Amino acid sequence: MIYFDNSATTKPYPEVLESFLKVSSDYFGNPSSLHGLGVQSEKLLSAARKQVADLLQVNSSEIYFTSGGTEGNNLAIKGAAHSRMNRGKHIITTAIEHPSVEDACQSLMHAGFEISILPVNESGQIELSDLKDALREDTVLVSIMHVNNEVGSVQPIAEVGKVLSQYPNVLFHVDNVQGAGKVPLSLREAYVDICTYSGHKIHGLKGTGFLYVREGVRIDPLFHGGNQETKIRSGTENVAGIVALSKAFRISMNNQLLYHDKLEQIKKHLYKGLMEMQGVLVNSPEEGAPHILNFSVPLLKSEVLLHALESDGIIVSTTSACSSKKRAVSKTVDAMFHDQARSESVIRISTTYGNGLDEAKQVLAAIQKIVANLEKIMRVAK
Amino acid sequence: MKFDHIIIRYGEISTKKRNRKGFVDKMKAHIRWSLKDIDGVVLTANRERMYVLLNGVDHKPVIERLKGIFGIQSISPAIKVERDLEVMKTAALYYLNQTSEEVGTFKITTKRADKDFPYNTDEINRALGGHLLRNTEDVTVDVKNPDLNLLVEVRREAVYMTGEIIQGAGGLPFGSSGKAMLMLSGGIDSPVAGFLSMKRGLDVEAIHFYSPPFTSERSRQKVIDLAGKLAEINGSMKVHIVPFTEIQLLIQKQIPENYSMTTTRRLMMRVADKIREKEESMAIITGESLGQVASQTMSSMFAINEVTNTPILRPLITMDKTEIIKIARELDTFEISNLPYEDCCTVFTPASPKTKPKREKVNYYESFVDFDSLIEKAVTETEILTIKPGQTFDKEEAMEDLF
Repeated sequence: MIYFDNSATTKPYPEVLESFLKVSSDYFGNPSSLHGLGVQSEKLLSAARKQVADLLQVNSSEIYFTSGGTEGNNLAIKGAAHSRMNRGKHIITTAIEHPSVEDACQSLMHAGFEISILPVNESGQIELSDLKDALREDTVLVSIMHVNNEVGSVQPIAEVGKVLSQYPNVLFHVDNVQGAGKVPLSLREAYVDICTYSGHKIHGLKGTGFLYVREGVRIDPLFHGGNQETKIRSGTENVAGIVALSKAFRISMNNQLLYHDKLEQIKKHLYKGLMEMQGVLVNSPEEGAPHILNFSVPLLKSEVLLHALESDGIIVSTTSACSSKKRAVSKTVDAMFHDQARSESVIRISTTYGNGLDEAKQVLAAIQKIVANLEKIMRVAK
Repeated sequence: MKFDHIIIRYGEISTKKRNRKGFVDKMKAHIRWSLKDIDGVVLTANRERMYVLLNGVDHKPVIERLKGIFGIQSISPAIKVERDLEVMKTAALYYLNQTSEEVGTFKITTKRADKDFPYNTDEINRALGGHLLRNTEDVTVDVKNPDLNLLVEVRREAVYMTGEIIQGAGGLPFGSSGKAMLMLSGGIDSPVAGFLSMKRGLDVEAIHFYSPPFTSERSRQKVIDLAGKLAEINGSMKVHIVPFTEIQLLIQKQIPENYSMTTTRRLMMRVADKIREKEESMAIITGESLGQVASQTMSSMFAINEVTNTPILRPLITMDKTEIIKIARELDTFEISNLPYEDCCTVFTPASPKTKPKREKVNYYESFVDFDSLIEKAVTETEILTIKPGQTFDKEEAMEDLF
């Protein structure tokens, strides 16, 4: 099997599973308990927090563990909006955000918030001038993803941060679920206030994640209860998952340093191969993230191609896994090209460390073969 | 374009005469240690300054580390470029753009050590200044009080540019004042007292009184975490954990309640003094602030201090709680200190301790009890830990490979 759907989820590293199992069986105490078993769990929790903070070059007190990307984005957006609603009720986001950002913003409209949505160009990037034009007196939150989950375009987070640093009223939230461990981002240098991370996209376990909230920034909690995570996220901590996450993050960040070029090389190869292929339109920008490559075969519905590849043992996805159950239109590709046929026939390849160039070659050959074969049939059908 | 070297100015040490070499050597050793994992940097020194030659290493992390080293007055990054006016222009702009704080006004001061350089100082000033004005927004010239005075030095081999002055930590080089023992309770004050002592060049070891089961494992951990914070300054901190339960129980039994606190402090002081003697140090540091609690009134200190003639350093004695908290926040110790666990100071505190204890009385009460043997026992059973920076739990445990 060639697993090329790493933006949907990644396979946990074996070392990560070992940690999870060991913590679950040996250190199962509640970190809030006063007894020794609880203290041990608490130590693990704070060591994990420190490791994550160190990898991001931030303080331990700025890391809040969550259940993953969706919770992180909801907590960031609703928490920030609610804590700032006295200062204004205007939020800016982009047309290509993950549904957990888009819908969280939409849900705030009931509370009287206004949402401005920035368009993207054909490279899948926003224009800074659009952002500047959209900023208002009552803007309290700007939420922009780092790496797009569908096409891999990378937003100019550092430049956006620099612009927003001139607006003390505005909080800057970045969804870095797809960028973590793949595309470097310095939270400090980009003046990011809140940033979302997910465990299972970096070879950790599902149901784990964390939120970076810059010191001094106050957000309201979504969950009320036992006041864990300094009241921002109540609920008994998933210590085993958190320790596993901190390990997965360390290994992924390490791999980013060591194997970034290899990932880039695989993408370049796929990019070149697909560009040359008849009937294929590449949607990802050439200079985008090194692990996501999105293309369309306008003559074929994406599901057809997906299943054909699957029968060859190649796992890819249509649009993002989170929206693929709704309808097969890629929101991002639509926002980039405004072309329905193109956005209905989208296939996303997403790689990770451990994938090889040989796999990319096999995949290219398989696509070539399938497209050639199916096109004949489809033409007849037409 | 990259920074070539970092200039380090000494500050107070430069006023020293014959002892100066000792101070400078201590500081040099400390800087070497703090930069040891950054490959490629070289440290050189002369009478007035030290230089970190970057050899291609990014200057920012180096400066971050230098900022925390005591004895350093200020730090300035410097660029070395070829003697070419165009290159100099680019370098000046680069310098202006990378300063850690936004620059609103600047001036240029050129020194031309090499008079053969085809442009004179005035021409250079004007050329560089004009280039900066043309390529920036909202930046103007102010020759009297500029945010950035860009110093340009034209020498035979190259042109050097510097100007941004970053405040150092001040104080005296670590260890240049000898060693002292810090009474570290786990509260807000004592880590601050430790930090301020280290700033004046003291090598500090901590003493903590631990009374299981009355105080929890967590309060001990808290002290280790605090020591881990202080250890960031010089790389490690020794913590002496004194088993204090037996002594405290005896006090509870034998000393009248309102004097129990005074006696407890006196005995802690005696134990601390014994450990100090063993460690060949010359002072005890406490986090006391005058009048803050019953044990820190003038009368209490007078009664407690009677047990030793070792210098007791009280760096916080005149500070208000708010001032102390401010430093604790900067040190990142406040949050740790604020965790709500019982510690040695809180469990046995009587409801109404004497705020004006008398020496005669406390001596009278203590005269019926033999504490000496228990003090000896506590000292010999003291556990000594060496804490590394940011050590949140004992890494030797089997937990290490979980991460």
